[in-house]
Amino acid sequence: MPAIEILGLEKTYMVGFWRKRPKCALSPLQLTVEDGEIFGFLGPNGAGKTTTLKLLMGLVFPTAGTARILGREWTDPSVKAQIGFLPEQPYFYDYLTAHELLEYYGQLSGVPAKQRKPRVEQVLQQVGLRDVQGVQLRKFSKGMLQRVGIAQAILHNPRLVFFDEPMSGLDPMGRREVRDLMEQLKHEGKTVFFSTHILSDAEALCDRVAIIHKGELRGVGAIEDLTSSVQGKVEVIWQGSQVPASVKALGAECHVTGDRVRAIIDEHQQDAVIDALRRERQHLIAITPVRTSLEAYFVEKLRRAETTAGSTA
Amino acid sequence: MRTRIAYIASNTFREAVRDRVLYNLIAFALLLSGAAILVGQISIEIEKLVVINLGLTAVSLFGVVIAIFIGIGLVSKEIEKRTLYTVLSRPVRRWEFIVGKFFGLAGTLVVNTFFMAIGVFAALFYISHKFVPADALILVALYFIVLEFLIICSLALLFSSFSSPLLSAVFAFSLFVIGSFAEDLRNFAGMAHGFTRWLATGAAYLVPNFSAFNVISSIAHEQPVAAQLVLQNTLYALFYAIMALSGAVLIFEYRDLK
Amino acid sequence: MKHREKISIIAGACLVLSLAASSFVLHRVDQLRPQAPLDEVLFLSSPKVIKRASLGYDGLMACIYWTRAVQYFGYRHHYEASSYNLLAPLLEITTHLDPHLVVAYEFGSSFLAPKPPFGAGQPKSAIDLMEYGIQNNPDNWRLYYDLGFVYYTELKDYKKAAETFARGSLVPNAHPFLKVIAAQMASHAGDYETAWTLWSETYKNTQDKLIKQNAFDHLRALRVDQDVDHLQAAVTRFGERTGRLPASMAELVAAEGLPGTPVDPDGHPYKLTPEGRIEVREPKDFPFATKGLPPGYKPLPTFDSPQP
Repeated sequence: MPAIEILGLEKTYMVGFWRKRPKCALSPLQLTVEDGEIFGFLGPNGAGKTTTLKLLMGLVFPTAGTARILGREWTDPSVKAQIGFLPEQPYFYDYLTAHELLEYYGQLSGVPAKQRKPRVEQVLQQVGLRDVQGVQLRKFSKGMLQRVGIAQAILHNPRLVFFDEPMSGLDPMGRREVRDLMEQLKHEGKTVFFSTHILSDAEALCDRVAIIHKGELRGVGAIEDLTSSVQGKVEVIWQGSQVPASVKALGAECHVTGDRVRAIIDEHQQDAVIDALRRERQHLIAITPVRTSLEAYFVEKLRRAETTAGSTA
Repeated sequence: MRTRIAYIASNTFREAVRDRVLYNLIAFALLLSGAAILVGQISIEIEKLVVINLGLTAVSLFGVVIAIFIGIGLVSKEIEKRTLYTVLSRPVRRWEFIVGKFFGLAGTLVVNTFFMAIGVFAALFYISHKFVPADALILVALYFIVLEFLIICSLALLFSSFSSPLLSAVFAFSLFVIGSFAEDLRNFAGMAHGFTRWLATGAAYLVPNFSAFNVISSIAHEQPVAAQLVLQNTLYALFYAIMALSGAVLIFEYRDLK
Repeated sequence: MKHREKISIIAGACLVLSLAASSFVLHRVDQLRPQAPLDEVLFLSSPKVIKRASLGYDGLMACIYWTRAVQYFGYRHHYEASSYNLLAPLLEITTHLDPHLVVAYEFGSSFLAPKPPFGAGQPKSAIDLMEYGIQNNPDNWRLYYDLGFVYYTELKDYKKAAETFARGSLVPNAHPFLKVIAAQMASHAGDYETAWTLWSETYKNTQDKLIKQNAFDHLRALRVDQDVDHLQAAVTRFGERTGRLPASMAELVAAEGLPGTPVDPDGHPYKLTPEGRIEVREPKDFPFATKGLPPGYKPLPTFDSPQP
């Protein structure tokens, strides 16, 4: 059973002074997220990522379409007990301490009283906030608030968590920790659905990704499939201070740094280059297939979208 | 379901208690009761009258201000600050949220009134050096004041459910002022004709009618309050609050939290 | 969306039901205390306090108190109350808040002076109010008129009335008839014409419904008084000629050549009693009439007539 099935969810806002102008935040979206995977929802700012999450959380009501979460209607209140949500740039009751906040949320999530306190302690430990649990949230830094956000999302041991820009505001250490945590969640058999505009994070973590731009879905698939869809290239590194003529003749892209040369060649030229280097008695250091980065795929998709939009406009 | 409402209510109460604005207002109200003693000394015969009048008016007015200040924070501020997102992503129904908030605020105001009332009774004891049975009427006046607060709270919640914090405060305060003159509005409706009459009558019944709740001057003169009035006022406050809360629930149920 | 619909229906039902219930309870509360908020007025020390409490919104407060005064009087008048204690304080407060609210003075002059159930029976308060009004609105000739009216109708102090009308006639743009009336006070104060002129002026010039009705009732009463006088004189003439009383109204009409059966302003024929008195059919319909009343019927007491 898929963890999330988005069936044509759509959201159009009415803007303008008289609320008459329609503004489409999300075109009908069709998307499935499998159980137990880490799914990345990518897109530039304003693409519709947060809108999608808010629709799924029931914070905003769709203009059309439905969704199923964990096999049930997304509006079914019983679903909420099984999911966790971290909103973008979260803000919490600043007059509470971290401990009090999590206690409160635990109460609301229906965590039984006996389990609440130990669970809160455990989660605080997990996000590294155990030492400051008695401090009022108004004194927390952005990064600390982000951790509280994560804590409250996983507090009640949900099967499925939704993170909206979870890395925002974190320093490299913090980001590493969050990545580890997400891996941990997957390891525990949970499904993670997170939105971000930082592609390297997605590349490192996700099983599958979807790309959304201006409210429309531009591409979905597993990372390997997406990035290897473009023509493969190979990177060859050898010791030397200049490029042999024979290699240059193959039309390769070469960079010289110190006593190393780095060349990007097409896959099919691989054998020819290796032979050339051997003839020239150059010391081969490495041959690595180059995968197109997710970034390239992303940018290309967006650019294509712009041009089709431009041509149809 | 009921426990969730209780949790939300107690959290709201906690929020109110930690909000320093509350303390300033209570302190001010107590100060006013003290000032009443000084003012009363200018004319000895009406000393007690001044203390009761000024003291209770302070409790009433400051309570309204507190009710509105905290009331607008209930929903409007939460939406603005997005603290609501993580609450509603939990198995909390939107209507439970509204109802819980209401009880939290009501509880805050009752406790508030209690402390301010102590100030009034303390001032009274200071000038009279004893209590007489007629002083029990002050409790009736305080009870009516609390009923007024409940109505204001429910209105603050109603406006909060769709309006910004500032506008909600303005609306709630305006309705308080209009509600104090509701009887005059109904008189006016009685004297008008045609469409104006219809419009004015409608407004007069929709607006909270506070006139019947203000017994401060009469109990200052030790006039008794009919038991029937106590019952009717209680019922009116109850029905009115339910009305406003139903409206709030209805609006909030359909609101997009952008 | 089932859950949302369910909640909406419940909330909607609660809304409608509680609105109905609260309106119903409000109605009941009203019945408990019809005039209660006005009792406050008795407790307040002075109009000055209210003025200060209005925080500068005097005009609005004046309107509110004016509405209350009218409501107070109208309600009690309807039930023919025997006292209107709060009328004077209410009008005092109203005019203190807005000294230029002329209609309040008009109202006071019409209803403060007459005895209950037609007024508060406080002519002194009426005079005080009018003098205050004149002080604050010295160019309003109508106020002099209203004051003079009080002296004329209720106190029957024709000298003072004449003085007041004369004062009023000196105001620039005063209605010319003030001079005329002032002169008439001197010699013809008791005449029907004078009274008729005065009450017609009031009737024509007022916007207030209650004052207009009051003036109209007075005019009707004057008409009855005049009619009865004429008819009574006819009976006397008949008696002098024939040495007996007329057997019926028809005989009187025929004998004295009256133009048709005399009827009162309501269209009911006047009665001729066996004792030769002319009477109206329904004295109750003419509360201000002083003639044509059955014997023993208490006429409206005025301030210089002995109390019954």
